[in-house]
Amino acid sequence: MDYLLPALDLLLQPAVLVALLVGSVGGVVIGAIPGVGPAVAIAILLPTTFVFEPLVGLSLLLGIYGSSMYGGAIPAILMNTPGTAVNALTTYDGFPLTQKGEAQRALGLAYSASFFGAIVSIVCLVVLMPVLTKVAPMFGSREIFLAALFGIIIMILSHRGQVFSAAMMTCFGILLNTVGMEPINYTQRFTFGQSWLSSGVNLVVVVLGLFALSQAFLLLSGTDKHVEPQKVSGSVFGAMREVWQHKRVAGVSSGLGVGIGIVPGVGEFVSQFLAYSYALKTSKTPDQFGNGSPEGLIASEAANNSVPAAALIPLLALGVPGESLTAMMLAVFYVHNVVPGPQLLTERMDFVIALYIALLVLNVFALAFLLVSTKALIRVISVPNRILGMLVLMLSFVGVYSLRNSITDCLIATAFGVFGAILKRLNVPIVPIILGMVLGGIMEAKFRSAMTRIQSPLDFLDRPISAILVVAILAVLAASLRSALKRNGADAD
Amino acid sequence: MATIGESSGFVKFFRRERRCGDFVFATAMLAFSLFLVVSFPSQTATARGTAWAAQPTLWPAIGVFGMAAFAALNLLSSVLSPRVPGRWQELRVWLGFLEYAGWFLLYVLLVPQLGYLPMSILIAVALTWRSGYRSLPMTLVAVLAGVGIVVLFKAGLRVNVPGGAVYDLLPAGLRNIFIVYF
Repeated sequence: MDYLLPALDLLLQPAVLVALLVGSVGGVVIGAIPGVGPAVAIAILLPTTFVFEPLVGLSLLLGIYGSSMYGGAIPAILMNTPGTAVNALTTYDGFPLTQKGEAQRALGLAYSASFFGAIVSIVCLVVLMPVLTKVAPMFGSREIFLAALFGIIIMILSHRGQVFSAAMMTCFGILLNTVGMEPINYTQRFTFGQSWLSSGVNLVVVVLGLFALSQAFLLLSGTDKHVEPQKVSGSVFGAMREVWQHKRVAGVSSGLGVGIGIVPGVGEFVSQFLAYSYALKTSKTPDQFGNGSPEGLIASEAANNSVPAAALIPLLALGVPGESLTAMMLAVFYVHNVVPGPQLLTERMDFVIALYIALLVLNVFALAFLLVSTKALIRVISVPNRILGMLVLMLSFVGVYSLRNSITDCLIATAFGVFGAILKRLNVPIVPIILGMVLGGIMEAKFRSAMTRIQSPLDFLDRPISAILVVAILAVLAASLRSALKRNGADAD
Repeated sequence: MATIGESSGFVKFFRRERRCGDFVFATAMLAFSLFLVVSFPSQTATARGTAWAAQPTLWPAIGVFGMAAFAALNLLSSVLSPRVPGRWQELRVWLGFLEYAGWFLLYVLLVPQLGYLPMSILIAVALTWRSGYRSLPMTLVAVLAGVGIVVLFKAGLRVNVPGGAVYDLLPAGLRNIFIVYF
């Protein structure tokens, strides 16, 4: 309560409210357009937010992050095409409902399950906050190093079937982060005698290339597929009440989203697959799954929308982003010299609470906007891919060029754009490069600082949290190896 | 049979789904990694009297050698996975990206000369036409998109894009407006 009023004072500034409104409405629209997605939008807007106050910039980006999945459900349900990658499971039961002539019911279920998931996750975080404020200060250099290492390992292992390429890309990201002048000993690292490499490779430029420009190149060089969206009539309010009949599925799915969202490197995909599996296993009508099951739709939407709030926990409490979108948000903190981590929770709790209230508000804005605009959004979905590509290319220019008016930045972003487009064509993961860059920097600084107080590797086990993290890392590696060998053995049989 | 055959555990451990061009990419990444490994001694320097954990070479080494090791494993995995035909067709698609990279760089190079607003309209119309949409309504949509983006970001959000050299040809009052807002 001590922090609530200062937090509200921060939040009720007109600029913050406008940023929230623009972010949440923009996020819904961007999420609804297949082929764009929140990562592209956040990458483009990232440099623009540097001129704002931290809370204004973060509110805008949070608005896009938190509301894009609402919008992504629309094409998933009406066109069998997920608006954002994390809405893929929504197509399983959403589109069959549309084919049965129940599109408005499917949309109502998706909107309300998403809202339910978001609210549950925010409530969980508010309840967890006192625990976090006690635990976060127990994280010193070695714990933050181990948490970042844990995040990297989990992120690599979560790319099943692509573990080698994910690990290769992570190492590439770690290398990119080291390019330039080393800040302690002032030695050059991988600059090849080029002065423009001395200041290092800018994270925002790489993000814009890999996420935004690559998408523009893919959209422009692809073909336009015209998918006729189904017509929607009637009200979605009746279906929204239906979620309460499945509150167990919605509650457990949201809980899974929160639990998994906190773990760095995992995110929406794992949480929604677990939630969907849970709903399937516990359903009285499992045969309906994949054929228009309301429980399946609720499970996937509640789980994926409960992740954004949870994903902010490692970012705010430890300064360790769990996935690409929170990694981009970390840049906003750094630009304004607000250092996320244990100190932020102890010294700027009003700021943290304001961010959580902002999350709550943006969900209300997103839901209200959807209730009045679904029919209009269906028209937006139908914009041809190549026109979208043209728009993304022009918007990418704003992002890269406005950063420093540097043609070198634009050349680097273009190179990463072509590289990213090839990676996307090959289905090689891009996120490990960004997390390698961000977490690699954190690990280098924290490892160097931790090792000054460590005599032997066993010292990593002499503090409770670092010991837990070491055991968790070993357990995850062992479980993953065991699972791979078991799968391999089963295949061989 | 214990040798590395079609059904051996070794092969199955490395097998994965691969797409056209996977082998080319995996080979190129390994070659790039090996180039970095070879460059490592000349591109990094150790600091005397500094503990190994604080050496400036430690994290580049983790990046470079880790990248080379996993690139080798990735190539091995690519070789052992079922091939999907269409490698050269895929390479042509990759080369196709260079055309749009060129459009982007042209946009970047011409904005300081022709100005943000005129260049945005030009590029929007050119790309719309290049995409096959040459009707008057689509051209108007492209013009509106160009104007809209400039008004939103330069006039509205005041992003840092300098005025074009061509604005110097405008009368004084109009020139200031264009430099500040467009």
